[in-house]
Amino acid sequence: MKEEFNIISNLIEKNTRVLDVGCGNGDLMKFLQENKTKDIRGLEISKEKVQNCLSKGLTVIEGNAESDLKQFPKSSFDYVILSQTLQAFLNPELVINELLKVGKKVIVTIPNFGYWRVRLQLLFKGTMPVTENLPHEWYNTPNLHMCTIKDFYNFCSSKNIKIFKSIALKKSRISEINKSNLNYKNLDSHLGIFLIES
Amino acid sequence: MNKNIDTKKIIISNPLKLDCGKEINNFPIAYETYGELNSEKSNAILVFHALTGDQYVSGKNPITNKDGWWSYVVGENKPIDTNKFFVICANVIGGCMGSYGPSTINESTGKQIGTDFPIITINDMVNAQYELIKYLEIEKLFAVVGGSMGGMQVLQFVANFPDKAKLAIPIACTSSHSAQNIAFNELGRQAIMADSKWENGFYSNYKLNPDKGLAVARMAAHITYLSEKGLQEKFGRKLQDRDSLRYGFEADFQIESYLRYQGSVFVDRFDANSYLYITRAMDYFDLSKQYKGNLSDAFKETKTKFFVISFTSDWLYPTSENREIVIALNSIGADVGFVEIESDKGHDSFLLDVPSFLKTLGDYINSTYKVINERRI
Repeated sequence: MKEEFNIISNLIEKNTRVLDVGCGNGDLMKFLQENKTKDIRGLEISKEKVQNCLSKGLTVIEGNAESDLKQFPKSSFDYVILSQTLQAFLNPELVINELLKVGKKVIVTIPNFGYWRVRLQLLFKGTMPVTENLPHEWYNTPNLHMCTIKDFYNFCSSKNIKIFKSIALKKSRISEINKSNLNYKNLDSHLGIFLIES
Repeated sequence: MNKNIDTKKIIISNPLKLDCGKEINNFPIAYETYGELNSEKSNAILVFHALTGDQYVSGKNPITNKDGWWSYVVGENKPIDTNKFFVICANVIGGCMGSYGPSTINESTGKQIGTDFPIITINDMVNAQYELIKYLEIEKLFAVVGGSMGGMQVLQFVANFPDKAKLAIPIACTSSHSAQNIAFNELGRQAIMADSKWENGFYSNYKLNPDKGLAVARMAAHITYLSEKGLQEKFGRKLQDRDSLRYGFEADFQIESYLRYQGSVFVDRFDANSYLYITRAMDYFDLSKQYKGNLSDAFKETKTKFFVISFTSDWLYPTSENREIVIALNSIGADVGFVEIESDKGHDSFLLDVPSFLKTLGDYINSTYKVINERRI
């Protein structure tokens, strides 16, 4: 978690306007508030988590990214962050489009379903993968649309979404993803972090 | 009612132009304060009361001898902690707890003003209370807070005085009274005016009081403050002090007895004309109309931080209407937080012991106060 926060924080310029979509209990918001910018908002669907955030004095709105991002004006944030939440939406493509409207830049992190440990579980055990990063069983997972680093990379190219930076994370090891190492990073990383722009 | 209780009061000498076109001056505003104003005058919170509220937010209300109407929220070690904050609450104009209203005595006639009192609006109420803030020499409030009609005043206050509050917390309210809201208020007013003792509003001249009508108004309104589930769980079909139905029109059911009681205690503390005037002010409230149909424009001048709160079982001012305020604020990039609190206590939730509401509100106010103070240093 800490590595992911650091990478996200490094992608953000100081004193900019940030929206954290699916902000959970506000840990990333708190981290960015201390390190980067005071001007940060959150959107979260769970009442309990929204209350936790508000209790910490964080500016959070209870709402659903799929229906409530529309109310923010175009380019009203310098950065919009979607941390490990994309796979949980009914319509991830719509959410990405909304994010790209609301934010000048968008940071998306995805738990990589192409990671070799994940692949091996399906290959050898023949069951849906359960890992540290993806702890749910198939019958109770909130993750409706799992994807791999390569899937997301290809999605961006096919939709003409500009990738400014793409970073792979394995344990605490950070590396850049590019066209030539894509297949390898897709196999060897548990998390992908993308800085994109429409 | 204007009983002879020593209420804190100031006389506003500045003329106040009302929305109805009339002008008032030298009129009283009754208020109460709790806690101490700090030397920087940075800890003041103005609380706005709802339809039947008054200035006695916390502690004992000297007129009813009951706890102040927001004792769960305001007081020592409460969510709005009076050890830390200086809390101000004024009786709205049109009210009957010492501020200028229909039961104020007209000096020249020695009689109550009655329905010669001008029609007032939420805007007028807020402008009158701003005079009190000026009198207290508070340049900038830390927060303006209120539920229901109090929330409407919060919205109007920020629209009128965009740089006079750092934080605004409208709770369980709306930016414009709906047809259903107006309908229920009209029912209450008709009940009062149908009482033969109303005498076109001049009942005090005849030493009368339309208490039957006012009680019915209160009973009807009280139902709108609760939820169906809450009513069913609390009362169901339980009988009142009897084992079987009496085959008559006495209060057989506990819910009947409860509503009759609510009506009867209300008439002892509230003036029927005030009920007419204040419900009218609520019905006339339409903040977006004041800004040519664009609610966002009401807030475009302000840097005030907002925290909007609604309740799941509130069908009088439902979440959807509170959300419209949030949407209007978001669409201009204002700083706004929002949560819908789970509660089956209906619209009244904001007045009651709803732990997740009290905790979230208290934590938010305290951490925001800390952050704002740290920034200043």
